[in-house]
Amino acid sequence: MNALVGLLRKEWFHIRRDRRTAAVLIALPVVQVLLFGYAIRTDVDNVRLAVVDPAPDAQTLSLRNRFAAAGVFRTVAVLPRIVDLDPLFQSGAAQQAIVFYPGFSEDLGRGEAAKLLIITDATEPNTGSLLQAYAQAVVERWAGAAGEAGRGVRIVPQVRMRFNPTRESKNLFVPGLMAFVLTIISSMMTAISLTREKETGTMEALLVSPLRPWQIIAGKVTPYLVIGFLSVVMVIVEAWLVFRVPLRGSIPLLLLEGALYILVSLSLGILISARTSSQRVAMMFALLGTMLPNILLSGFIFPLESMPAALRAISYVVPGRWFVTIARGIMLKGIGLEYVWRETLFLAAMATVLLAASVRSFNERLE
Amino acid sequence: MSEPAIQVSELSRRFGDFTAVDGVSFEVNEGEVFGFLGANGAGKTTAIRMLIGLLQPTSGTARVAGYDVATQAEQVKRRIGYMSQRFSLYEDLTPRENIRLYGGIYGLTREQIRTRTAQMLDRLGLSRVADAAVRSLPLGWRQKLAFSVALVHQPRIVFLDEPTSGVDPITRRQFWELIYDAAANGTTVLVTTHYMDEAEYCDRISIMVAGRIAAMGAPADLKRDYRVSSIDELFVQLARPDRAIDPTGATHPAGPTRPSRPEGTPL
Repeated sequence: MNALVGLLRKEWFHIRRDRRTAAVLIALPVVQVLLFGYAIRTDVDNVRLAVVDPAPDAQTLSLRNRFAAAGVFRTVAVLPRIVDLDPLFQSGAAQQAIVFYPGFSEDLGRGEAAKLLIITDATEPNTGSLLQAYAQAVVERWAGAAGEAGRGVRIVPQVRMRFNPTRESKNLFVPGLMAFVLTIISSMMTAISLTREKETGTMEALLVSPLRPWQIIAGKVTPYLVIGFLSVVMVIVEAWLVFRVPLRGSIPLLLLEGALYILVSLSLGILISARTSSQRVAMMFALLGTMLPNILLSGFIFPLESMPAALRAISYVVPGRWFVTIARGIMLKGIGLEYVWRETLFLAAMATVLLAASVRSFNERLE
Repeated sequence: MSEPAIQVSELSRRFGDFTAVDGVSFEVNEGEVFGFLGANGAGKTTAIRMLIGLLQPTSGTARVAGYDVATQAEQVKRRIGYMSQRFSLYEDLTPRENIRLYGGIYGLTREQIRTRTAQMLDRLGLSRVADAAVRSLPLGWRQKLAFSVALVHQPRIVFLDEPTSGVDPITRRQFWELIYDAAANGTTVLVTTHYMDEAEYCDRISIMVAGRIAAMGAPADLKRDYRVSSIDELFVQLARPDRAIDPTGATHPAGPTRPSRPEGTPL
């Protein structure tokens, strides 16, 4: 036990004497979440809207006001004729247009279906469909209000977006981003720190000593688990304070899951360093091995449901996939362990397998 | 005489088709300073790694401090010290912290660590810099400290893998005084080197060529048997067969025969 305490103290000295690195390790996730958090968004905002209104009257003005009040749209032009729209779309001055047909108000007054055309720039299809949905929602809400006022409007489809009623993408992305950033930094910490000992030759001295592989690994993982946990706390605070992502579930549970996730990533770093001999190679592996799978296969950006079965199968071994589900569940849905026990079990199993494999490859070096 | 400190019998290690160590046998007695010589790639590092438990032998046996290295590695590890040419000290830690770390790893009590730290620092003259980072110390000091750290748990046997490479002659001399001190205290020393003058400091030496021991004995005996004036000369003769002279004095232009090696074995 004395030996392990000695190792931990030694690791603590390394960290304390290289304060700049320690500061970077703790602060980097916070900075990355901040940068990515603002960069990766699919929210529509500041939509350049053109309006074609051949015969403005109370009805059309009322709908136009609705658009203006939605906060998302910025009316860039009000035109009398539809042909004037083309240049606006071509130059990009307008992204979307609402076109009132002549007789819009009269049709409404007679209780007939009033015709309104919504044109959207679909150069970027995803943004296009989002804009389309937004505009439709505005029209429907206006029509609904008009219907209550006694004017004839038929079907008002009801749509409710649960858990993220404002449909803010940051609520979706920030938990995923946390998973992404934390795994990269954690796996690099252990990978680099262990291969550094190989390069300087101190690892050999430890291997010749009566220390057992699990002690060497525990001596490495524990201090970085503390650092990683600090990052988890800071990133969660950031998500809540800066991005206003709701924290509906149990915070202690979220912290524990975060610690488990960090443990998985640290173990991955250990395994990488057990299999490589230079810091540079270990860093490359840690970067590639965590970054790509966690962008592509964690469900952080691209929904797993729409992936081919083969890719979905691979995603089972991406730790981020499980943590993203857990973090979103706890933060947005406020669910507890009774809903995320499966994901938690997957993470715990991964930590066990990775640590066991690391201990094994330490032993294998002796054969 | 009790059991030898190191007892190696027909020890071999193969990596795929390549045989790095090929049926090596030797014994090192308690308190002896045994030199392990050989060119780069002759197999001496592989042999040492098997003796300190970092590598499993392919065949043959080795007993270190009375324990089998293949099956009782834990027992062996508690009784040996090891210093590689890379020193194995943590450079951002101070001498005091390094001693405490390794002391703890080898299971010394807090009290033992305290007294030994004071003794070691005093004997090495490092008390003044006990709390400065090892990184800031001159190479010679670091090396002496590394040697003392390898002895912190008072091992029966200490393995030194090219401990003096890259150090000036005066420091090397001082380093050998430390080795003699350790031997005088009953520690067995197995040291590899490629400085042939250092070979003369050893009680006995073995010279490895291509995975086999080509010659073994006390330096003076070897020089007499092979009729050479220095170990350096002997080493060149063994490593380069075309310039070989056999103990009878007759030169062989090719395919020399030497007493320690069966005929026809490729070098």
